[in-house]
Amino acid sequence: MATMVHLRGVTKRFGTFDAVRDVSLEVGAGEFLTLLGPSGCGKTTLLRLMAGFEAPTVGTVEIGGQDVTRLPPYRRPVNQVFQSYALFPHLTVAENVGFGLRMQRVAAAEGQARVREALALVSLDGLDARRPHQLSGGQRQRVALARALVCRPKVLLLDEPLSALDAKLRRAMQLELKRLQRQLGITFVFVTHDQEEALTMSDRIAIVHEGRIEQLGTAHEIYHRPATRFAADFVGQANLLEARVLLQDEAQVRVSVTGGLELTVPRAAWPAGAMKALIAMRPEKVHVSRLANPAAAPAAAATNLFEARIEEEIFQGATDQLVIVTATGTRLSVVVANESAYGEIFHAGDHVSCALHADDLVVVPAE
Amino acid sequence: MKSAPDRRTPRWRAWLLLTPMIAWLVLFVVAPTAILLVYSFCERDEVGRVVFTFSLENYRRVFDPIYLRIFARSVGYAGLTTVICILAGYPVAYCIGRAREEWRHRLLLLLMVPCWTSFLIRTYAWITILKEEGLLNGLIRLVAPTATGFDLMYTPTAVVIGLVYAYLPFMILPIYGSVEKLDGALIEAAHDLGAGPLRVFSSVIIPLTLPGIAAGTLLVFVPAVGMFAITDLMGGARVPLIGNVIQNQFLVARDWPFGAALGAVFMGLFALTYWILLRLGAREEDPA
Repeated sequence: MATMVHLRGVTKRFGTFDAVRDVSLEVGAGEFLTLLGPSGCGKTTLLRLMAGFEAPTVGTVEIGGQDVTRLPPYRRPVNQVFQSYALFPHLTVAENVGFGLRMQRVAAAEGQARVREALALVSLDGLDARRPHQLSGGQRQRVALARALVCRPKVLLLDEPLSALDAKLRRAMQLELKRLQRQLGITFVFVTHDQEEALTMSDRIAIVHEGRIEQLGTAHEIYHRPATRFAADFVGQANLLEARVLLQDEAQVRVSVTGGLELTVPRAAWPAGAMKALIAMRPEKVHVSRLANPAAAPAAAATNLFEARIEEEIFQGATDQLVIVTATGTRLSVVVANESAYGEIFHAGDHVSCALHADDLVVVPAE
Repeated sequence: MKSAPDRRTPRWRAWLLLTPMIAWLVLFVVAPTAILLVYSFCERDEVGRVVFTFSLENYRRVFDPIYLRIFARSVGYAGLTTVICILAGYPVAYCIGRAREEWRHRLLLLLMVPCWTSFLIRTYAWITILKEEGLLNGLIRLVAPTATGFDLMYTPTAVVIGLVYAYLPFMILPIYGSVEKLDGALIEAAHDLGAGPLRVFSSVIIPLTLPGIAAGTLLVFVPAVGMFAITDLMGGARVPLIGNVIQNQFLVARDWPFGAALGAVFMGLFALTYWILLRLGAREEDPA
């Protein structure tokens, strides 16, 4: 895959504050890359460096093989969808979408055709003459998208474009954005603080934390193999447990975690030579069943078996959120699927047996 | 029709609360205007007393070429003043409006400070600057001792300088208001879509600050047409504008009915300008 956006050693300093610290990043052509992180982590600054609204203090920015570090935004082959949409209130929908084409001096007839095509692409046909204030939030979002796409950018930059929409519309737009990106083959760089959004849409996710990229990988890698404590904590839920080595052989490491629970971890997953590390355990990876029901016994491959008492049970529709406490006192958050209304029903106070596959434990080096 | 506010507040109480306001308007706006209109149809006798008859003679005289020329000149001066105020005021308003928040109020205060001094004193200050042995020529001779300097006092240039000086803040403030409201993301979006600085200015910034320009024009143009103090002081009454003529009819020529007719026509002009600009402003404000 050819590289479309290439940041090399980019640092952006505001006064004495480093918003971005020595970031190097390659985004492939046609890739959907998400910059994921909490507010103030530097993800928007990274996007603005690509758009040209900020110039890096150190480092270079390349787009499509061309060094654009010193080029202003209006000379870069990228377009942005703004968080606030930033539609021009004095122009109609069609004029908004056609703005970029007028700036590029595209011939009027061709321009009109392209505007129509772009509006059809985002299913907004027939709204050409409306003003932005006459549209719903979702429609404005689509106009902003059409306005950026009509310019046929090499890279589309999206700055939390869905954050103002309600949950249902947001889900629909996530799928639609993904569809558009596949259909058009344009490189998307998407900024969000919503980990679910990132997991849904991205080819790759970059987790940004304190101006640095903590981890770069596919949604699968980020979720199942978080590289740092921050990545494990920020994406999805995780039980984060301090682990200390009890004994080890060439295949396995036996550790004791916070609260006294003993677990077995594959040798390969444990950082070589370390006596302490952090274990991240996803709540859905723990298989729970009633002691009294041996038929529902955990899969044979699971190497960690322990017993626990349910301290709390929260019904969440499709799933049950449980807080369980082991005999030694390790408290874990666990999620079980409510597969059938007639299946196992858990209550606070129940004693359960738990199974956990050793490969499902993620070991993060201690900081 | 029974509407909700009626039930909450009895009608008489609403009227009672409005009474001071209504009284003020009737006493100081409606009554003087009515008197002016009535007088404008009267005649005067030899000693200048108002004779109550009905005559259109005053209005016929208003449209005499002499007065039309003065009207035109007044509108011309006011128009020039307005244009200069826009050209000089817009950059100032833009800089203040786009400045960092903690700076905006300080800069606005600087704009206001001169207004704490009497307007007449500030106009006299301009006389000491512009007169032949004044500050301006003094500075010029300091640099170039042989230069003759400018003889600006009592010229149209001096009048326009005085008018621009007096009305500039009234142009800056409304433009500042609309610049401050301007969403920075719109400017970035325009840049992002390929517009260079000039195109951003002409296709985004200007259209979106037009309501401010319209309001400023209203605040500058209309009073500038009728201004008489500055033309007296800086123009030495050598270039009479319509304000001076009206003032003269009342205070010197003692022809109140004719002065009233001039005033009435002038007011019509105000109303027309106001209406046009309001329509313009309303259309531009609409999307916001």
